[in-house]
Amino acid sequence: MDESIVRTEEQEFLEEDICVAENLVYKKPKTLTDIDLHYCPGCGHGVVHRLLMEVVEEMDIQDKVIGVAPVGCAVFAYNYMDIDMQEAAHGRATAVATGIIRVLPDKLVFTYQGDGDLAAIGTAETLHTCNRGENILIVFINNAVYGMTSGQMAPTTLPGMVTTTSPFGRDVKTMGYPLKMTDLVAQLPGTYYVTRQAVNNASNVRKTKKAIQKSFQYLQQKKGTCFIEVVSNCPSNWKMTPVEANKFVEEKLIPFYPLGDLKVPKEELK
Amino acid sequence: MAKVKGDIVVDIEKCKGCELCVVACPQGTIALSDKINKKGYHYMVKIKDNCTGCENCALVCPDAVITVYRKSGKKKEKVATISNVQKDMTLEVN
Repeated sequence: MDESIVRTEEQEFLEEDICVAENLVYKKPKTLTDIDLHYCPGCGHGVVHRLLMEVVEEMDIQDKVIGVAPVGCAVFAYNYMDIDMQEAAHGRATAVATGIIRVLPDKLVFTYQGDGDLAAIGTAETLHTCNRGENILIVFINNAVYGMTSGQMAPTTLPGMVTTTSPFGRDVKTMGYPLKMTDLVAQLPGTYYVTRQAVNNASNVRKTKKAIQKSFQYLQQKKGTCFIEVVSNCPSNWKMTPVEANKFVEEKLIPFYPLGDLKVPKEELK
Repeated sequence: MAKVKGDIVVDIEKCKGCELCVVACPQGTIALSDKINKKGYHYMVKIKDNCTGCENCALVCPDAVITVYRKSGKKKEKVATISNVQKDMTLEVN
């Protein structure tokens, strides 16, 4: 028998077609619509949209979830998420979510807000919603600038960071210090689970997904407000390529906004 | 022998060429194409055949354009056979 004709197991394995349904390990969740995202290339919003919808699909809660979209870059979030969504006025997403959860207490309500929306114009609504301990999830995307209106300084902009309204860098003497919303709400007794995550690399994306999963479980158990800050990027307004922007997140933003759980439920500490 | 083999399928019309997957890939399997899609972006392509199906590229992709497949080279071994039930049952582990 000619040896060249004999195929080893390894060759057979390598030549086998693996693009079949039984080998599928990752695909776009069905709860995300087929519409193309309007975000700039490399924007963290797309990742967080996908993670939220993956969790909704995996937990099979598509008919129970109600989202509240913000004003900002994510204003069209309702086009991409195949769930019930409500658009809120600028900064008032948590107030709208409060109304929804009071009328429909069995639904799982989340708000999706950026830093201009949640930390600037919506500070009052956010703090009081967290203080009342409404049973909602607040997803806070922090990219340190106002992305939609071309990169003005936000309350979360780092000291010395150049934006269109702070061309010589943020001077803390005249422009104030960055506002750490997550640290603030962690002190309030109404919040149940407060954490800060990022989406700049694959391991952080996995951790963010776990935090979202946990939060939806707490919502089902009616535990109180869950707050997830996601440190994200803004390549267009930072005037960087997406790869450079993620490096900036790693080197500058994450040291200032350290990742990890700020408030963990007491039951889990034991 | 390669123990794990993976493959990716890319929706090239939705790809925006942000290159985040190129950096995330530990194997250097993917790169940007010279060609452009309908939107005018260079899209990502597989340039090597050494994908392990680790999902990293799909996890960092903001536009969810990547589908990942993975197959283990280990054969399924029979570990136990349970008889004396209505129908013989066989348990297998990967």
